[in-house]
Amino acid sequence: MMTTETLKKTERGSRKHLASDILLVGQPNVGKSVLFSRLTGVRTIASNYPGTTVSYAMGKMRSGGANFTVVDAPGTYSLEPLDQAARVTVDLIDDAQRIINVVDSTHLERHLPLTLELIAQKKPLLIALNMSDEARHKGIGIDAEKLSAELEVPVVPIVARSGEGVRKLIDACLSLPLARQKMTNESGHPGHHPHIKHMPSDMRKSTSTEHIHLDRDRIWRRVGDLVQKVQTLEHHHHTFADRLEEISIHPLWGSVFALIVITFSFSLIRLIGEFLISGGIGIVGQPWVELPFGTELLFEKALQPQLTQLSRVLGPGSFLHRLLIGTLVDGQIDFTQSFGILTSGIFIPIGVVLPYLISFYFVLSLLEDSGYLPRLAVFLDSFMHRIGLHGYAIIPTLLGLGCNVPGIMATRILEGKRQRFITATLISIAVPCAALQAMIIGLVGSRGLGPVLLVYGTLFVVWLLISLVLRFTSKGFRPELLVEIPPYRLPTARALVVKMWMRISGFAREALPVIIGAILAVNVLYQLNVFTYLAGFAEPVITRLWGMPSESVVPLLVGILRKDVALGMFAPLALTGKQLVIGSVLLAMFFPCIATFVVLFRELGLKDGLKSMGIMILAVFVTGSALNLIL
Amino acid sequence: MTGIEKPLTELKLGEEATIAAVQGGRGMQVRLRNMGLVEGRVVRKLSALAWGGPVVVMVKRTQIAIGRGMARRILVRQQHR
Repeated sequence: MMTTETLKKTERGSRKHLASDILLVGQPNVGKSVLFSRLTGVRTIASNYPGTTVSYAMGKMRSGGANFTVVDAPGTYSLEPLDQAARVTVDLIDDAQRIINVVDSTHLERHLPLTLELIAQKKPLLIALNMSDEARHKGIGIDAEKLSAELEVPVVPIVARSGEGVRKLIDACLSLPLARQKMTNESGHPGHHPHIKHMPSDMRKSTSTEHIHLDRDRIWRRVGDLVQKVQTLEHHHHTFADRLEEISIHPLWGSVFALIVITFSFSLIRLIGEFLISGGIGIVGQPWVELPFGTELLFEKALQPQLTQLSRVLGPGSFLHRLLIGTLVDGQIDFTQSFGILTSGIFIPIGVVLPYLISFYFVLSLLEDSGYLPRLAVFLDSFMHRIGLHGYAIIPTLLGLGCNVPGIMATRILEGKRQRFITATLISIAVPCAALQAMIIGLVGSRGLGPVLLVYGTLFVVWLLISLVLRFTSKGFRPELLVEIPPYRLPTARALVVKMWMRISGFAREALPVIIGAILAVNVLYQLNVFTYLAGFAEPVITRLWGMPSESVVPLLVGILRKDVALGMFAPLALTGKQLVIGSVLLAMFFPCIATFVVLFRELGLKDGLKSMGIMILAVFVTGSALNLIL
Repeated sequence: MTGIEKPLTELKLGEEATIAAVQGGRGMQVRLRNMGLVEGRVVRKLSALAWGGPVVVMVKRTQIAIGRGMARRILVRQQHR
């Protein structure tokens, strides 16, 4: 019997060597992460576009009373160390006991070259023919036994998404003979790759450098021969999905399709978010229908009476009252303005931010799993190139609209240091996360649609201008788009739920304590009059340059911890509409929150991280002053 | 199998052709080959996006988007009967 064990934490990294009992290797978007989750029970983010796993993931699988370390390698086309993913994979192979090569059954000839390279490594190897259901559906027949006989390696057809064949795969994998102890490097040369000498001599080829690699032409001939022998094709009928795939990439109809998808997505986010908060159904302005539902009602009915009671007991003047309840507005608790731990401290994350996080990640997951995102990247490619970016940069940017941290991590799917630097810098400065956006919609939205559009419009212009400036000032190669467009797939409910749960529970774990801590700290500092001193100090810039009241130094500083609470702190300041717009824009731009800050420096390194900060500070000054002059 | 070689960019939408040669450096050759774009493969052009955008082709039931500059360096030959 096989049981799976969930590790609390998935280890991720890209540098250190990692020994594994079972290593999953395959090309991008073949479903390695889905299989990995099946084997280990560790939840990972899996999507329908190449490059979802930018690093590797590790987990434990329990079978027959023993534990096995399973590692999910990043997707790679080849073992030639041309890019980061291939280098990481080569290192992981060195330290692996057994390898499962995950292959896409619907595109056998594209995946077998990597398989042949893996066979040449002389490690215990097993082939998982994934998506065998899709192959059947498309009229592609693969004779697994014949393939196994030809390659002298076990071959198991599976469907990772449903779990079909996975048990058989595990049994076959565990009955593989173990790898011999890693040979010690007799020559003792550092950087000598032990796996190279195992390659069959007839496929070896020396180049001018010390590199030895398999002769590519031989590989392609062998693959052609294999496919001829094991694969049968039935006539393929045009399905609805095929038609949709062709329409959505057509120069004209594809643009129309893209506009519809984008409009629909934003409307859906707004619709679900508003419904979860207020029970109202509508997209702009007054909702069409209002139902007795939503977080607002929950707080009003369930918490307000209790807290009012507590407020009376504590007495509005006491320090504890200030800490827990905050300040009363017209003698009443106001969840957005009171700013106590039990009032705004809970209402902001749960009452306002959580509903929008749920709706944002629901829609994003639909887009990710359907396979639409690479198509969007293709459509935006020429526009993005004109402003110095790459079409694929849209994917990290969209992730950044949820949370900047995974957005910046996802810049690893981009080629070239320059692309990564520009995209990550833009995300940290001009892409507001979902938590901040929820507050912008709530707080700025109470002044009408115009101010909200002004905030978004300004951030978009800032994004555009910074990328244009960087296009002409920073050097480095600008790679061209070359990407496989995956077929459309119907998102499964299970995958959707798992992914949303991972992302939202991450918010609860990491953001909630920070929000409550921030409110605690701010209230203590208020009590100690620290802010009066700071406000006087910051007054020349904040008031004269940006036209904001000097007290707004507090939200701007709190923004370094969390943007959502920080924006909430503008609520009690009685700002004009103009000030609220400027404040929201400045808050979005002025220093990334601490979590983003750490990831930005980790991904870019110290030098580029500081450069990114320099650009940010300059952009904040210019934007704040410009808005104050124009509005 | 006659016909003149021309860049992929000059193929019309919906037309099929055989890849005759892939020009360009080794890095580009390897990347294109990894995607299945090798000499002798039949490609069908699905799209060429406006404003110098990517060309999208179908190769062995897979859609691949190729930047315009790269597509210019892929030479194809159309079969004439």
